[in-house]
Amino acid sequence: MSKLRIRVDQDKCQGHARCKSLAPELFELDEYGNAHEAGDGVVPEGLEDKAWLAQTNCPEIAIEVTEE
Amino acid sequence: MSDSPSASYLPEHPPVTDWVNDFDHTDPAWTEDPFPIWEMLRTASPVVHTERFLGCYMPTTYQAVKEIAYDTEHFSSRRVIVRDVRPEITARAPPITSDPPEHKPAKQVLLPPFTPDAMKRLEPRVRAICNELIDAFIKDGGCDAAARYTKHVPVRAIAHMLGIPEKDGDLFIKWIHQILELGIKDDNELMSGVREMTGYFMAHLEQRKLEPGDDLISQLMRAKGPDGQPLSDEHVLGSLRLLLIAGIDTTWSAIGSSLWHLAKTPADRERLVAEPELMPTAIEEFLRAYSPVTMAREVMKDTTISGCPVKSGNMVLLSFPAANRDPAMFPDADKVVIDRKENRHAAFGLGIHRCVGSNLARMEMTVAIEEWLKRIPDFRLDPAGKVTWSEGTVRGPRQLPVLFGKGS
Repeated sequence: MSKLRIRVDQDKCQGHARCKSLAPELFELDEYGNAHEAGDGVVPEGLEDKAWLAQTNCPEIAIEVTEE
Repeated sequence: MSDSPSASYLPEHPPVTDWVNDFDHTDPAWTEDPFPIWEMLRTASPVVHTERFLGCYMPTTYQAVKEIAYDTEHFSSRRVIVRDVRPEITARAPPITSDPPEHKPAKQVLLPPFTPDAMKRLEPRVRAICNELIDAFIKDGGCDAAARYTKHVPVRAIAHMLGIPEKDGDLFIKWIHQILELGIKDDNELMSGVREMTGYFMAHLEQRKLEPGDDLISQLMRAKGPDGQPLSDEHVLGSLRLLLIAGIDTTWSAIGSSLWHLAKTPADRERLVAEPELMPTAIEEFLRAYSPVTMAREVMKDTTISGCPVKSGNMVLLSFPAANRDPAMFPDADKVVIDRKENRHAAFGLGIHRCVGSNLARMEMTVAIEEWLKRIPDFRLDPAGKVTWSEGTVRGPRQLPVLFGKGS
């Protein structure tokens, strides 16, 4: 399986925090509750399903998942 | 969220006979069962209009709701309740009644106290509140779950956060009823509720000027606005009004609708008891299927939404609940699927006005349902009682008579 990378679009994120609840390993929240990808955004092996789950539940469509 | 005093009491609305051209979200048929009405409206057009409320549109699809929520150029939040009257705006409740560019700084002040981590610290108190409430009626064999349980959880939780006595909750409930329900048609009720609430909070502000604390009121009083100065008393009062109005009957409704669903759906109840790990998806699904909150916008400039012309001067009933039942967005939209995997529901709004208390609401809902199911795993609607629903902007059960146990 190819490597996945996630990125949270800061112009779109409104802090619903659905991603943090569904994939806590992949996202971090700032002091306002807005989400950022953890580290460099590379999805560790085994967490690919969680990345897609977060992406498909974001109400603002703020999460980009790319295959590298 | 409120407007200034003016002439006031208007007659009852005539019953609706033509929903597509004359909808009315205060009609008893809508209050009782809005879902088939929304479906009818959605089939007719992505945007419908009524001459009631001095002219008002309603987007009926997820797409149309989203277009309006994202468009702060044509749609203002200065009025967020669709009412019979549209008096001059005086008492604001930032940030919910703010538009860009004032909106962002007003909202950022409120966000840090409501992050998921902050809610984790509040959670033990909410769990204790739930159990104290259940202790009071569990031996009775049944109860009105709206009057004895769902109402009190958010009232006590927010009182705890604000650092005000939890026993003052009955006052809050009265003001909210005056502002959100009676206030749609009776300006005097609305103003009386706003006045009493403002006086109450002003006293708490004055007290904290003498003795600052660590509660949310003190935190807001210490917060700095975009100009580096402390927020004005008026700004703090407006935000406190917002937290109370927006933080109570909304979550009361969401917990109530969830319990109502579980009372009449034994299969979901039993599954949730057996598989508590489903709780997060179940909560999101209850939020989608029974979204309590309908917001409003005011059209500031003519535009087009989903191909439909929209004229300035009208209000918009921004129905996130109807958007969440759109089958074009959600397969089996009218079914409650407690393990639904993909659920981009808009129960907390879309765009810059995302509910500031969404993490609080989720935590309260989760804890209230978990504690109820631990103590009362089996319950059902009382066939001798009647479930009643609130009218207007926030929908949820206001009477929810249930019996405990499996029944015969």
